[in-house]
Amino acid sequence: MVSVASGAETPARPDSLWLRWRALLLRHEWIRGYLLLSPTALVMITMLIVPILGLFLLSFWTQEYFEIHRDFTVANYLKVLNVADNPIYGLLLLKSIRMSLTATIFVVVLAYPMAYYLAFRVTKNKLMWIILITVPFWTSYLLRVFAWKIILGYNGVINSGLISAGILSEPLEFLLYNPPAVTITLAHAWAAFAILPIYVSLEKIDRSLLEAATDLGDTPFQRFWRVTFPLSLPGVISATLLVFIPTVGDYVTPTLVGGTSGIMIGNIIQSLFGKANNAPLGAAVSIMSMISITIVVLGFIYFVRLLFGKHAIQRAG
Amino acid sequence: MTSPKRFDLLALFSIVYVAFLYGPVLLLPMFSFNDSIYVAFPLKGFTLQWYYEMVENTQLIKALNASLKVGIVSAFVSTVLGVLAAKAVTRYYLPGRGPVMGVIMIPLVIPSIILAIALLTIFRKFLDIDLSLWTVGASHVLVCIPFAMLVMIARLQGFDKSLEEASLDLGQGPWITFWKVTFPLAAPGIVSSLLLCFTISFDEYLLAAFLAGNDATLPLFIFSQLRFPNRLPSTLALGSCILVFSFVIVTFSEWLRRRGVPNESGGGIV
Repeated sequence: MVSVASGAETPARPDSLWLRWRALLLRHEWIRGYLLLSPTALVMITMLIVPILGLFLLSFWTQEYFEIHRDFTVANYLKVLNVADNPIYGLLLLKSIRMSLTATIFVVVLAYPMAYYLAFRVTKNKLMWIILITVPFWTSYLLRVFAWKIILGYNGVINSGLISAGILSEPLEFLLYNPPAVTITLAHAWAAFAILPIYVSLEKIDRSLLEAATDLGDTPFQRFWRVTFPLSLPGVISATLLVFIPTVGDYVTPTLVGGTSGIMIGNIIQSLFGKANNAPLGAAVSIMSMISITIVVLGFIYFVRLLFGKHAIQRAG
Repeated sequence: MTSPKRFDLLALFSIVYVAFLYGPVLLLPMFSFNDSIYVAFPLKGFTLQWYYEMVENTQLIKALNASLKVGIVSAFVSTVLGVLAAKAVTRYYLPGRGPVMGVIMIPLVIPSIILAIALLTIFRKFLDIDLSLWTVGASHVLVCIPFAMLVMIARLQGFDKSLEEASLDLGQGPWITFWKVTFPLAAPGIVSSLLLCFTISFDEYLLAAFLAGNDATLPLFIFSQLRFPNRLPSTLALGSCILVFSFVIVTFSEWLRRRGVPNESGGGIV
């Protein structure tokens, strides 16, 4: 920082520069803040924003065999959007959205009572309960999905269990390798993601509001619908988004339990970047997926807003 | 306030729910001790054979080494970045804090496959960087930062800013203040963040699948073994070890992290 050569002649100068810098830091809090933030911001720019822009750029190129043509063209997008000639992309995208929406609804509906129990009924060993709920969230996603493969398999846990119990004579074939298998697995593998956001928003609710509702004559059911549920909406919204957005592009679950009928858009993207060797088209498919996800999310938020008013969204951010 | 009957129903539901959460995963250890090549009922008998088979696999040891290296490095880097960023957003007034936080949290929600191909594109098509464990580690840092940061924000919000101010007012420099006041108070969060980030990296499959090149991490090894039905039991043994290992690490770090920290903090995500 201090230049050695200029040391003798101008001793005050680097010092004063240093002092001025320090004065600037002391005066402007935000400079100190952004200085601390800068390494993380740098990582986010180079590893997140630039790559996504790169992907965006790639989607306007074309590839023939191993050669990439860098001329700007929207051919890839036309291919994806031309549902008449290439129905696979559009259909698969719609199917992925439908499957992960179903899984998300399952996850959120089942998580809500659990979160409610945690927030309102658990008084002893609360920490233990929270840990119990969060631990699966951190453990291997691959292994959670793998477990379902061995449960639903032709010679798997359910079939062999039912046969050895004498309930079945032949294994059921419809358990594995189809869309419902993917949906069930997704619903289980992502279950832990929904409880915490809902729990946090329930925990924040001012208990005196509930007492007021009771005192003013609400039945427990009315009180829930008019006070508790609307106030917990931010948590429900975060939970929905946290499960829905990542599952649309999921690759592991459809690959392990989906079979040919259960593939999702993630599988197509993977194959375009791999075996099918058409990365630019794959990039276009990914960009279209992200746009579709965004549209669904905005639609969902608009819908919630319509039903429950603006305030429902504000705390969800 | 509520009738005991409703209480019972909700409690029952919660117990069933936790069973649903854990049940499928517990099948892995159960069948890993089963003396049969098939993962099917009825159970045949107890054996440790699959664990012996697992330990003898040299490819596995190599993959384990790779995963440990990647996990340790990315946990360390993402925790350092998370601590700095968390301190910045909890202690300083930052104009534009909302959008900045929004961008940092993107890796939490974006489908991993999009992140994977975006990084693959930038590494291969633009920068021509060879894929290796380093590229995997870099991607793991990216996905760990939001978690590290949320853990640290919760921790730093939990303690009083005036403690640091007191130290500064009493004439200690910023470094001494950091080491003597901030660091000890933040330490449980730091340890917890290190452990959680390590676990995330250790268990991560998809980014590694796209960015690992010829090296395999443990999840990649497991995935490759799933194709061979005769190796299923030893894969179960490996999976069980990983589950127990993750379970212990995560339970410890969660306990460490949530002790004495108000539940509301943490952004509601972790």
